[in-house]
Amino acid sequence: METQKEKGNTMKRNTFSTRAALTATGMAAALVLASCGGDDSGNGNGEDNGGDAEGSDLSITFIPTDLGNPYFEASNTGAGEATEEFGASLSIVGPQEATPDAQVEHINTAAQQGEDAIAIAANDVSAVCGALNEAREVGIPVVTYDSDTDPDCRDLFVNQASAEGIARGQLELVSDQIGGEGRIAILSATANSPNQNQWIALMEEELEANYPEIELVDIVYGDDDDQRSFDQTAALLQSHSDLDAIVSPTTVGIAAASRYIADSPYAGEIVITGLGTPNQMREYVESGVVEAFALWNPEDLGYLAAWAAYAVATGEIDGEEGDTFEAGRLGEYTVGADGEILLGDPFVFDADNIDDFDF
Amino acid sequence: MSTATRSEEHNPAVDKVTLGEGSPRKYRHYHRPWWFRAFMTTEFLIIALLALVWIWANISVDNFSGPLTVRYLLMDIAPLMMIALPMTLIIITGQIDLSVASIMGLSSVVVGIAHVEWGLSLPAAGALAILVGIGCGAFNGFFVAYVNLPSLAVTIGTLALFRGLAVGLLGTTALTDFDPEWTSLATASIGESRVPLVVVPIIALIVIFVILLHFTPFGRGLYDIGHNDLTARFSGVNVARSQMITFILSGAVSAFAGIFYTLRFGNSRGDNAMGLELEVIAAVLLGGVLIFGGRGALHGVIAGVLLIGVISSALRMEGVTVNVINIIIGLLLIASVMTPQIVAGLQRWRPKKRKVTP
Repeated sequence: METQKEKGNTMKRNTFSTRAALTATGMAAALVLASCGGDDSGNGNGEDNGGDAEGSDLSITFIPTDLGNPYFEASNTGAGEATEEFGASLSIVGPQEATPDAQVEHINTAAQQGEDAIAIAANDVSAVCGALNEAREVGIPVVTYDSDTDPDCRDLFVNQASAEGIARGQLELVSDQIGGEGRIAILSATANSPNQNQWIALMEEELEANYPEIELVDIVYGDDDDQRSFDQTAALLQSHSDLDAIVSPTTVGIAAASRYIADSPYAGEIVITGLGTPNQMREYVESGVVEAFALWNPEDLGYLAAWAAYAVATGEIDGEEGDTFEAGRLGEYTVGADGEILLGDPFVFDADNIDDFDF
Repeated sequence: MSTATRSEEHNPAVDKVTLGEGSPRKYRHYHRPWWFRAFMTTEFLIIALLALVWIWANISVDNFSGPLTVRYLLMDIAPLMMIALPMTLIIITGQIDLSVASIMGLSSVVVGIAHVEWGLSLPAAGALAILVGIGCGAFNGFFVAYVNLPSLAVTIGTLALFRGLAVGLLGTTALTDFDPEWTSLATASIGESRVPLVVVPIIALIVIFVILLHFTPFGRGLYDIGHNDLTARFSGVNVARSQMITFILSGAVSAFAGIFYTLRFGNSRGDNAMGLELEVIAAVLLGGVLIFGGRGALHGVIAGVLLIGVISSALRMEGVTVNVINIIIGLLLIASVMTPQIVAGLQRWRPKKRKVTP
């Protein structure tokens, strides 16, 4: 004992004495014991929560791309409405930044908690796949909404809009507002955006087939940059003095075009429509520069995703093509190819309903 | 232990301290018993706190004791644990490296470009990324050790510089087309257990750094530099070279962590691991390493990393949002900067018996 004390005394600092190491080992042993002790009671818990997927103790986790994003706040509201209707608990978790690695933590946590279903708007098509598949291995069905992952790492994808639906919807909007005849131009995002080009191609086909009186005179690209879209609108109006309408199937483009028109002598003469968000477009709809524009309704998207998650969690469907399920106020839906469920045609926002939305 | 024996032999003052009056007393009489000194350390406080949090989580957090927890916990803290090791060395010398997360991001981009775009095999791409990491560390180390600039200023600059390079090389896109053999290796388990394979390199790194810091002259030199680099130089420590080595180690380990991070998520992006440096530094300080240098031990740091991991994991499972978890870790960080002083106060405390005149 004496020598031990002597040695200890001369240690100037507590750097890494054998004693500290022994202490640490002892604590580690205590930890292991504690964790083993906890295991028995805990496993029972896990089975209680994760095992059954029926009745009111069903729980669903929603993982949007990021928290605090108004668009996903709206879809969260829809999810909340649905889970209240079928009586399940809903937890909405997500990262602060829209990165896939931050989503993985939340997927893992949901898997640990033994949730009955996960609904996720993926930040990357493949990066979250490993985590999602691990969750599916422990029996948790996965529904993607808004942005999909690879089809082999989820059970269902709730698609907000089909390309055909968007193209058709845009033309209906513009045709209504210019009286079925006239000259229109498209203000797109970038020249190589696959979505935009697909929509434009479909619009051209649709124009040829069903709108003989409407002529598409120009397609310009604002690169989804506010200033460039603004300048492109100005150039468009200078080079085509007899233009009747501008269709901009991108949220940046439609807002920039509306801002240009609102401050120019063309206000009220040129029709602006396309895909936009209510918050960006509110002032132009209120001032009458824009009559109506389209987008899907994110509340309905969240609502449908929650019902889809409920349907797979309860075993009502297994995500095979042709399966049908009931989605509350939206009615019956059918699962399409690759487990896709289509929300429906784009939703039209105008002066009457724009105040109901905040995203 | 060799230090102890030497001072016993050569320094009789250790054995005998003469009081003003009365008989000579042994030096040890002025000290607390061994158990007091062993347990009343910051390291032990953290280990005890870790045990408490672990027990609390097992009892009161639903499903925490489930089979997936340990697996995900270890995978989540893996990069943290790796980088905390060289960070401990750097902070013990009284310096800091804020650029570690940016080096991870750069390494992620390099391994992605080399493997996916140039078609190099993954080990070759990984070796390239680690070389880049060593280069980054040497860049930091050069300015700190040989130009004598403060590491806070240098590495806050390279935090932006390396991140800028990473994002600049790849833009806002992500490379995800990795060899599935390697991505599944990154998330593989050891045999049939739930323990992830990444624990093996981590344990190897821990062993290397424990030996380096606690059992070599180089490691003892780091403490001396932290106390006073001038006296360290005069006692024969090559200050500049030691600092250079710590920063190079930091760069290399950060790059390795970046490769693991990339493969785990199958995703090479310039903004990977953004902000991780704060968690690393929090874990190191939480583990009882003094921010001013000269004090700290790796068993405390390992407990600090585990503590941060267990707290975030348990709180996430309780449905606490990321913001609140960050607030708690921030408060823990401030508390950890204060605890060494509280502990020192406790260690100095002794019952008043009688006044001793020198």
